[in-house]
Amino acid sequence: MIRYPRRTLLRAGAAFVGASALGFPAIVRAQAEKIRIGHLTPLTGFLGVIGSYAQLGVKLATEEINASGGILGKQIDLLSEDSINPATAATKAQRMLEQDGAVVLLGEISSASSLTIMQVAERNKKVFFSTGARSDALRGKNCNKYSFHCDIPNTVMVNAVGTALSQKGMVKGKKFFTLTADYIFGHDLLKAAKSFFGAHEANLIGDELIATDVTDFSPYLLKVRQAKPDVVCCNLAGNQVTNLVKQYAEFGLPYPLVGFNLNTGDAWAAGAGNLSGTWPTVWYHTLNNPASQAFVAAFSKKYGKPPENHAWIEYITLKLLAEAINTTKSTDSSELIAYFEKQSQFDIMKARKAYFRSWDHQLVQEAYPFTVKPKDQMKDQWDMLVLGDAVPAANDPLETIYPTKEQNPCEMKA
Amino acid sequence: MQFEFLLEQVVNGLVLGGYYLLIALGLSLIFSVGGIVNLAHGAFYALGAYVCVELTKRLGFGASVVISPFAVALLGILFERFILRRFYTADPILSLLVTFGLAMVAEQAIRMIWGAAPVTTEIPQNFRGSVIIGDFLFSRYRLLILAVVAAVLLGIWLLLQKTSFGRVVRAGIQRPDMVAALGIRLQPYMTAIVMLGVGMAALGGAFFAPITTVHPAMGAEIMTIAFVVVVIGGLGSFWGVVISALLVGVVRGIAIHFEPAAGEASIYILMFLVLLVRPRGLLGERIEKFE
Repeated sequence: MIRYPRRTLLRAGAAFVGASALGFPAIVRAQAEKIRIGHLTPLTGFLGVIGSYAQLGVKLATEEINASGGILGKQIDLLSEDSINPATAATKAQRMLEQDGAVVLLGEISSASSLTIMQVAERNKKVFFSTGARSDALRGKNCNKYSFHCDIPNTVMVNAVGTALSQKGMVKGKKFFTLTADYIFGHDLLKAAKSFFGAHEANLIGDELIATDVTDFSPYLLKVRQAKPDVVCCNLAGNQVTNLVKQYAEFGLPYPLVGFNLNTGDAWAAGAGNLSGTWPTVWYHTLNNPASQAFVAAFSKKYGKPPENHAWIEYITLKLLAEAINTTKSTDSSELIAYFEKQSQFDIMKARKAYFRSWDHQLVQEAYPFTVKPKDQMKDQWDMLVLGDAVPAANDPLETIYPTKEQNPCEMKA
Repeated sequence: MQFEFLLEQVVNGLVLGGYYLLIALGLSLIFSVGGIVNLAHGAFYALGAYVCVELTKRLGFGASVVISPFAVALLGILFERFILRRFYTADPILSLLVTFGLAMVAEQAIRMIWGAAPVTTEIPQNFRGSVIIGDFLFSRYRLLILAVVAAVLLGIWLLLQKTSFGRVVRAGIQRPDMVAALGIRLQPYMTAIVMLGVGMAALGGAFFAPITTVHPAMGAEIMTIAFVVVVIGGLGSFWGVVISALLVGVVRGIAIHFEPAAGEASIYILMFLVLLVRPRGLLGERIEKFE
């Protein structure tokens, strides 16, 4: 056993105490130097699969921003959690803002959960970027000053696919049968679909509302057959789309299946031989521009698979948020709101730049219809879709596919 | 016309019920013999699906749908030998906790091996599409499932009724102490029963893989319905589970025919009504404490 002289021990002890007195506040200060951002997305349930892509996207953006020096010279501390359901989402959002010191919130795919987080954001007067929720109502009658909406709304999804279908003569005078997810998102999508059918002389001959926990669609498919429609239209979400597509192929009904909502993760899960028809998307990894391709390369290198559209939207959202904080030199919500409401333009890795519309906080951007590649032309299991031309057409203003002020009842309280 | 469509839903419901049966019967057998409510049952269903998808890439669907249940059943042996065996005589709450934990571990393991994104497989070409007989439409693939379920059911019934193995198992269910007093060790029988139950769950997973989303949480999804079936049928009853599974499928089909929004709720209402009249389930044993 080594014996230390008592004096040395004393001195070491004193030094340690001294260091603690001076050092610990320094450590505390170092922690406060980080900018904490709260992220929520469903990792369980019927949206869990696409949610896990969303989480990978936001993590990649965080790492890239931190590696290049962070924002305002500070590192981002990302708190990313499973939102599970609307009630849990609200509880966690509240905790992130009140206890964990998050300066902004972002994330979410479920429109129902996004709505509850929006309310928490408003109460706490902190900005929330709703990245993947598509219900029109969120940017319509439920809109609030603190919430921004990054994904395209249901109306745009319907217009993107509807326009493509019209061109193929599949809308006018045709009988549609819709299968709709029974929650705020589905109801909203159905409403948008109905107004599209109304405007384009199509008939809706049947609609089924389907609970989000349904995995077997056989009884519904029998009802579809009974109704003998011209086109079957899927207004479902998440895993349900995959299940329906697979079972539709199983039953081999003769009516074409199209849909007003699809995420590429669900398309991949459905498998190449099962999916057909025309669908909308907000982004796809084959989109041909340098920024998009660089993101795809970085994501694929890190995770061994290409990014899904929810990975992309979370990635660009954090990037544009970082850009906004760097420009305004502030993480203060009211300054950020003022900045975004100036309709500042952002590169979101598409042909045209995007901006948040000042009066409803919708990220105005291009969308795409797609069809499915024949199986023998696919390079790999992810190379499934053929993107159509961006909507709106290159010479039309971006806002032509978005709900107008008359159609969108958003009134923001000051 | 209306009647025919209703009948179509009833037949379709029977097929679906037959499929539920594959999962619920194993759950019920393991409970009857070992007294264990196996919350990890859904995990074996998910494993069946994943193993089948994996093998299909190499061997084709036909071979892998046969092999994967056996492969998972072998895992079932380990499960019985190293885990379940310790809990036959212990407080049931312990086996509940252990199997629940195992279900979570299995889900996470699947996530680690195959990733969180679903894996895909397809129905073989010759079983795609539907068969139309008169006005009735059947999915070709589900008819295949129905035939397999019927064969499995017949096999298990014969095994339990006509063999010495079955006699011991049935005796073990009724009077385990008596069987032990006769000098018969129930242990190997229990291993076989767990293997059988787990194999059936895996068979269900393998058959459903081409027509459902194969994702890590699929086991948890199926457990709810399997429990409803077992509870309605009555714990410990072979025919109770059979009748209950078919009933659940049919009731759901009829509910969706008339009132689609009530489709999923209908099976819980059915469970409620059955338990209200018969707390032990349709053919379950009398539970002295409650009746």
